[in-house]
Amino acid sequence: MLDYLLPRYKVLREDDLCVKCGVCERSCANDVHTLDEEMDAFLIDHKKCVNCQRCVVMCPTGALAITNWPQVGNGSNNWTLAAMQEIAKQSQTGGVLLTSMGNPKPFPIYWDHLLLNASQVTNPSIDPLREPMETRVFLGARPEALKVNEREHLVKTPMPPQIKLDVPVMFSAMSFGSISLNAQKSLAMAAQELGTYFNTGEGGLHKDLERFGAHAVVQVASGRFGVDTHYLNAGAMIEIKIGQGAKPGIGGHLPGEKINAEVSRTRMIPEGTDAISPAPHHDIYSIEDLRQLIFSLKEACRYQKPVAVKIAAVHNVAAIASGMVRAGADVVVLDGFRGGTGAAPTRIRDNVGIPIELALAAVDRRLREESIRSQASLVVAGTIRSSADIVKAVALGADAVYCASGPLIALGCHQCQDCASGKCNWGIATQRPELTKRLNPEIGAQRVINLVKAWNHEVQEMMGGMGINAIDSLKGNRLMLRGVGLNEKELDILGVKHAGE
Amino acid sequence: MKRIYAIEAWCVDCKRCEVACKTFHSKSRNTVKALKAEFPPPQNRIRVEGGRQLSIAVNCRHCAAPKCVEGCVSGAMTKDPVTGVVSTNPEKCVGCRTCVSMCPFGCVRIEETFPKAVAFKCDLCGDVLGQPGEPSCVTACPNNALIYIESEG
Repeated sequence: MLDYLLPRYKVLREDDLCVKCGVCERSCANDVHTLDEEMDAFLIDHKKCVNCQRCVVMCPTGALAITNWPQVGNGSNNWTLAAMQEIAKQSQTGGVLLTSMGNPKPFPIYWDHLLLNASQVTNPSIDPLREPMETRVFLGARPEALKVNEREHLVKTPMPPQIKLDVPVMFSAMSFGSISLNAQKSLAMAAQELGTYFNTGEGGLHKDLERFGAHAVVQVASGRFGVDTHYLNAGAMIEIKIGQGAKPGIGGHLPGEKINAEVSRTRMIPEGTDAISPAPHHDIYSIEDLRQLIFSLKEACRYQKPVAVKIAAVHNVAAIASGMVRAGADVVVLDGFRGGTGAAPTRIRDNVGIPIELALAAVDRRLREESIRSQASLVVAGTIRSSADIVKAVALGADAVYCASGPLIALGCHQCQDCASGKCNWGIATQRPELTKRLNPEIGAQRVINLVKAWNHEVQEMMGGMGINAIDSLKGNRLMLRGVGLNEKELDILGVKHAGE
Repeated sequence: MKRIYAIEAWCVDCKRCEVACKTFHSKSRNTVKALKAEFPPPQNRIRVEGGRQLSIAVNCRHCAAPKCVEGCVSGAMTKDPVTGVVSTNPEKCVGCRTCVSMCPFGCVRIEETFPKAVAFKCDLCGDVLGQPGEPSCVTACPNNALIYIESEG
């Protein structure tokens, strides 16, 4: 059948700068560049380019750039070139469109419609370089009341299990299998150095990473890959994954070709078999069932570790979150519809779920109204792009945030949305040994550490400007936020006033 | 002395080190000009062997008792007693290939260049030729597969 598909990108090579060293050819797992010796020139297969930008970054002379394929559409706002290309692809393959990373559609980003306050005249701002500034966060349930032995300065109330974060950022769940061991190791090393946590995803904990167990959140998802008592006790916190922001309501599918010996051992499944995570947990059909699983896991770790429950932000998120807290979740994790993924059906990714900002505000309000907010911590995920997003999330009621795309970009990810192909040129979303070795965890960890430290400095600066010296004082402090360009309903759900009010 | 070590596990066969080496040993020290216009063409002293699956940057170890110096018939190959850097003097070199056959690591090459074929090998380039410094191949490596660290001997 004739292929009706057009290339998405065009590789531009500046011949005056190209020294024909071949770095681009050897850097590309998609075989876009080929140095033809007879012609003494590069042949470029534009159709294979996914715009990962590895060659652009690696080129010693800066001779490369990637642009959109110059073909114009017919001018229709309805039948855009992209929409027609999707039809061309489906009419050719008969399959569900598959993509990766977060929802790219131009839905409103509420973070960009929220502005922060700063102290002027009536209250002093704080200089974080001169005064102590607390960004430490504890996740887990709080006791109803605190009994203190004042004579001996001791807290008498037994504390529920909690985990301590030195920075209000954790690395979201990405399994070994969907990402390489070197990528996971980079995040684990960074988490240890930063005093925070990485998340195993549903792929089990590789034996090389068990030494980072004190900084691991071990996930239990519908596939139950790699789960046993040893695994549950190896991490600092257990997380039950019900849903993922990028693909609410559906499961996962790691193709057999990515299940090599190491992945197979870690996931406890045969080599080369597809790892299929069902859409639902087959033992959770109600809140009561969730409670059973939560307490089974708490029992398995002898009530020593908090249990988090992660859901995708969907329409009735506030009521669901309330049920989760009542079911015994110590941490509620909300994943917004812009959250990333290694693979998701395009239609699901682009059309299911709700923005994390609205979900967060709604859940925080609901839990406070029901007086159960202190029974669980609230962690949000789904395109936290900068320190400003963290500050706004905390002011909207989050205890901490999960962030994955940001740290991946620090590792080299260029968001080309081709994770599912398994040919990640940056050595992140692949299991091919010649590609995974491109990510040296020592460099990777350092880049992630640098990023999070920089973010934490910025968080401190912004808090200082507001006259706040501890992130706990910012939590749910909506008076520090003002909306711009939002309607009454949006402001009402977010619980913030409009700028100028 | 400080030496360059190649870590095979992290070498990704990109050969950026080779390009950087050529650039450093060119007249203009500009990659585009050096590789496109200069004559004689600049020679790289570091060479990546292997392929995409397995590769390593082969480079002079600047041995404590260098075989190449031992074998040199013209006195071109010398080890600096102070810095420990082993380097070759192209004016003295007669291109006899004794150093090539004696080097246990295959790190010396004879290249047919202008005006005569001479030995090329790593001079542990810094800012000044023959003086230790941050070598350009180490700076160019994207994956820490080349490291420049203190070692014995």
